[in-house]
Amino acid sequence: MTAIVRLENVAAEVGGRRLLSDVDLRVDAGEFVALLGPNGAGKSTLIRMLLGLHPVAAGRITVLDRLPAQARQDVGYLPQRRRFDPDLRVRASDLVRLGLDGNHWGFPLPFKRNRTAAERVSEVIELVAATAFADRPIGELSGGEQQRILIAQALVRRPQLLLLDEPLDSLDLPTQSSIAALLSDICTNQEVSIVMVAHDVNPIMSYLDRIAYLASGKAVVGTPAEVITGPTLSALYGTPIEVLHAADGSLVVVGQPEPPAVHSDRHHSDGHHHEYDRDPRRPHSH
Amino acid sequence: MIAAISLLHLISQPFLRNALIAGIAISLLAGLVGYFVVLRAQVFAADALSHAAFTGTLAALAAGVEPRFGLFAATIGVGIAIGLLGNHGRADDVVIGIAFAWVLGLGVLFISLYATGRGAGNGTASTATLFGSIFGLSSGQAQFAAGSAFVLILLLLGIARPLLFASIDEAVAAARDIPVRFLGVVFLGVVGATAAEATQAVGALLLLGLIAAPAGAALLITDRPFVGLAVSGGLATGSTVLGLLVSAQIPRVPPSFAIIAIATAAYMFTWLATTWCRRRG
Amino acid sequence: MNSFPSPHLSWNVVTDVRALLEYPFMVQAFRAGLLVAVLAGVVGWFMVLRRQSFAGHTLAVVGFPGATAAVLIGVSSTYGFFAFSVGAAIFISMLPNAGGSRSAESAVVGTVQAFALAFGFLCYTWYGGFATSIGALLFGSFLGITTSQVGALVVVTLLAIGLLAAIGRPLYFATVDPDVALANGVPVQALGTTYLIVLGLTAGAVSQITGALLVFALLVAPAAAAQRISVRPHISLAWSVGLAISIVLISLTLSYYYPYPLGTFVTTIALLTYLIVRVVRR
Repeated sequence: MTAIVRLENVAAEVGGRRLLSDVDLRVDAGEFVALLGPNGAGKSTLIRMLLGLHPVAAGRITVLDRLPAQARQDVGYLPQRRRFDPDLRVRASDLVRLGLDGNHWGFPLPFKRNRTAAERVSEVIELVAATAFADRPIGELSGGEQQRILIAQALVRRPQLLLLDEPLDSLDLPTQSSIAALLSDICTNQEVSIVMVAHDVNPIMSYLDRIAYLASGKAVVGTPAEVITGPTLSALYGTPIEVLHAADGSLVVVGQPEPPAVHSDRHHSDGHHHEYDRDPRRPHSH
Repeated sequence: MIAAISLLHLISQPFLRNALIAGIAISLLAGLVGYFVVLRAQVFAADALSHAAFTGTLAALAAGVEPRFGLFAATIGVGIAIGLLGNHGRADDVVIGIAFAWVLGLGVLFISLYATGRGAGNGTASTATLFGSIFGLSSGQAQFAAGSAFVLILLLLGIARPLLFASIDEAVAAARDIPVRFLGVVFLGVVGATAAEATQAVGALLLLGLIAAPAGAALLITDRPFVGLAVSGGLATGSTVLGLLVSAQIPRVPPSFAIIAIATAAYMFTWLATTWCRRRG
Repeated sequence: MNSFPSPHLSWNVVTDVRALLEYPFMVQAFRAGLLVAVLAGVVGWFMVLRRQSFAGHTLAVVGFPGATAAVLIGVSSTYGFFAFSVGAAIFISMLPNAGGSRSAESAVVGTVQAFALAFGFLCYTWYGGFATSIGALLFGSFLGITTSQVGALVVVTLLAIGLLAAIGRPLYFATVDPDVALANGVPVQALGTTYLIVLGLTAGAVSQITGALLVFALLVAPAAAAQRISVRPHISLAWSVGLAISIVLISLTLSYYYPYPLGTFVTTIALLTYLIVRVVRR
């Protein structure tokens, strides 16, 4: 069985600073893997390396047995983003369509309709349960609706791998769980592997096959039950950390040290800077 | 009937024929470019390019070179420069603003150099550059303007789809191997050339009207991007044709004012109509 | 190139200043320039802080049709600048907030600017006279400033600075942290409207010296430079006024001695000032 994604002794650098070293990770077909860790740990950088948009400082990355930049055709990507401008008057379905043929030169001829393309667009919109609002302007949609459209856009070219950067960011809890369920559904039914950056593991916990937890320049990879434990995280951070099981089944990590505040790996192209910390797993550090 | 005859009579006059040839091509270009300018929120950059158009023309006049050469060199050069610097300096409106006030200040210097050089201080050249003199185009100038506008339209339509993708969804477009940065630079070069074209028709200062108003209206009318593109081009062309005819009929109304006034009115009407429609459901 | 003799800088400050002030029109120009500089330094400081520089530019551009319309009906362009700039300020503040949609807002602003300039051009062609050149209205002039114009500038400066002094502290609060200010009972909306009117007055006043198109340089550059020099409001406000005064005085002096337009000097010195401050205070 060939690996969809293979990382061997990979190191990541941003602006000459080493963020991560010796990362080993293997993602197989149809697997759902989460990248966790504090701000600035290198999660988004790793995603960009998987897309071939960021150089690999050391080690080797292959995506679908190719160099990452050569595999982009078969990879769907959902960047960490701002929401669309509320006044952006472009239909949601047009956005999905751009995911299919937006890189073709020229412009669509008005008298020549491409039936297969149109069918694929409506098919994928139906898959993410977005048919009801697909013809409304993207800016008018709610955060969860926009996220469904963007997932459809990432899926429209039938990729074998989806790279999602915080797709649950700034959504309310019920929406988070419905999007998580949708992703898991895509994973199993469409035979698509998903690598997803997450800030909070709880909404996706039950669907995950594996977790790569990045912190202090290292990564720990394993099943959720192996990684989210006191001893593993304590060893990773080098300070005592406890994982508590709350009554509703969610996990609370206690004693996690503050992430290094000087650096953020978030891309600045989206024009948004989250200076504050929204990590719900870190209610009281003492 | 009488109106139709007088219209025919008007169009048979060479000054209006030249104006229509140049005006239709230039305003179609401005409308198409404007749609992307507004979508990409680059109206401020277009404004900056209109300043460069003014200074470029007058610099060429002061240096005794063909003014159109200075015009195109300045606008395309500044457009590409903004595109290259843009990613870093985009947020800093203050720098852009001060720098472009300075560009205009330079333009004023060139006016005075030109005026002293000619010994004439009436500023006709500067007024024509600022506010256009489309009825003064010779047939050769009109054909050049229309031909270059046509080439630019073809170039813009050639990059329309990936440019739309990059405008709406830059990060994903980049991951799809669209040369986002390159397209941005090419586009601003096209905007610069459009500013140079429009300067010949409505003047450097009124360029924004031909770029922003039809596109703003098109974005209100439709949310299908390529329909919007066509509507924007159509509105710009319509405003120009109507404006030229009105101005030819009523000589007290300068053509650039008539064109901008009609484009503005079309935008206002669209805004009122769409607001009214939305209120009613 | 010039056939007429032009004055030369002797670099003896006393002689030069005396020569400058020998002519009444230069005295008037310095009076008007000082008033405008103080006004621009103070009002521009708030404008940069509130990130309303594009609005300031628009208000100034709208002053141009005001000025040409005034000339057309035979009134001093001063009143036209003020009437249209302040009117536009009131109009803009009455518009419902566009909800932060950048693209639609910039399309509106661009259209309004172009229409204002086109309308000004229409009035100018109808006027057809030569008493007031279109270049002076767009790019500024220091020649022929009348006593009544200076008087109007005094009134406007006192009014604008008095208003700002009265609302300065809550306006600063409302600018820096509107949500908290609103919660503390600061009338954020009313302050914004008042400020925009003051900005309209200022744009109208500054237009008399720099012309409608170059107002931006004098409103933005000193304030932006000052805010880089100090983060303490009083100190940077003082720097802003000081820089604006220096820019205007130096420009007026240079344009007296050299046969180049005032607007070129103002914008060039403003740009240089800002760039130097930016390089020094990285």
